[in-house]
Amino acid sequence: MTQPARQIPGTTPFDGTQARKGYALNKMCFSFNDAANRDAFVADEEGYMRRYGLNEEQAAAIRSRQVLQLIAAGGNAYYLAKFAGIFKLDMQDIGAQQTGMSKAEFQAKLNAAAFQ
Amino acid sequence: MAQLIGGLATSHIPAIGNAIARGLQQETYWKPFFDGYPPVRQWLGEERPDMVVVFYNDHGLNFFLDKMPTFAVGAAAQYHNADEGWGIPTTAPLNGDLDLSWHLINHLVDKEFDITTCQEMLVDHACTLPLKLFWPGDCPVTIVPVAINTVQFPLPSAKRVYALGQAVGDAIRSWDSTKKVAVIASGGLSHQLDGERAGFINKAFDLKFMDSLVNDPQWATQFNSLDLVEQTGSQGVELLMWLAMRAALGSAAPGAVREVHRNYHIPISNTATGLMALACA
Repeated sequence: MTQPARQIPGTTPFDGTQARKGYALNKMCFSFNDAANRDAFVADEEGYMRRYGLNEEQAAAIRSRQVLQLIAAGGNAYYLAKFAGIFKLDMQDIGAQQTGMSKAEFQAKLNAAAFQ
Repeated sequence: MAQLIGGLATSHIPAIGNAIARGLQQETYWKPFFDGYPPVRQWLGEERPDMVVVFYNDHGLNFFLDKMPTFAVGAAAQYHNADEGWGIPTTAPLNGDLDLSWHLINHLVDKEFDITTCQEMLVDHACTLPLKLFWPGDCPVTIVPVAINTVQFPLPSAKRVYALGQAVGDAIRSWDSTKKVAVIASGGLSHQLDGERAGFINKAFDLKFMDSLVNDPQWATQFNSLDLVEQTGSQGVELLMWLAMRAALGSAAPGAVREVHRNYHIPISNTATGLMALACA
């Protein structure tokens, strides 16, 4: 009998399953280290995604700009952050989006952690 | 033999690079973070290490998922920073130390660590920021970067990282050199960037972990990678770097290291930030 995988709520460890699933998406995001590639993506998002072979789930997640959807499509936080960088989103924007909070509410949650 | 003077640990966050570039150190948001560093700089000014071994994790600048080493040791004469994609200024190259690199590589493989060696290696903010925080002017030390995978599971266990740190420390102490060496850990403490659990911080665990490094450094080796994610957040696992640093300092016995300074501040960006300087007694 295989043990059910251990679940940590709201968390998707980037394991072999995710790494296999998300390879094309992460490879595209890795390319965004280069400013010329970021510009090329902005100029033609669909063409750029095709060039990296994103599947429909991944392409839809990119179009949606929703980080939770990108993670579900196999995205890794470190590479996805380079995608977010194109839109000048900071980590509080991304945290707010994923937790369904306003940015101010998310920042308040972080500040409150000092008083745990 | 070379002298290992002690170890330093600090959080790294891209936003720190922007704050330094824009001179925001004394702004209300940043002051409690940056004010932690002067006592450490003073100690470094007295000890004057010649070189540092930096334990850090790459965030997708040098390594992609096509080849993801668990442990990678730099063997370059110079390490360049580059565009990381999120808008932080690119910093000046850092000078390597090839003699120490190859001494470490030989020692580690001899001790059965199957490391990857890198004669070319871009270093990201995780490697460059600690040096800027500890030496705000020109960097007076040469470096050997040691990258530990925290990107893709399976991650090396805390126990294995501790053993790696011990071997690095043994290598430094057995190096036939008159140089003074320090070890640096870059990462942590608790934080999580991804998922509905984004914003997770665990102050009690962080404080217990920092305490443990002084007199009970093997405490955290009881945890597996998922335990650490649960306790510290998915990027909090970067505390593995701190464990390697402390292990390098040698004996786990109480009194083996002296705590020079520490700071802990919540939050910078999404992170509970920590700073520690430990001197070898």
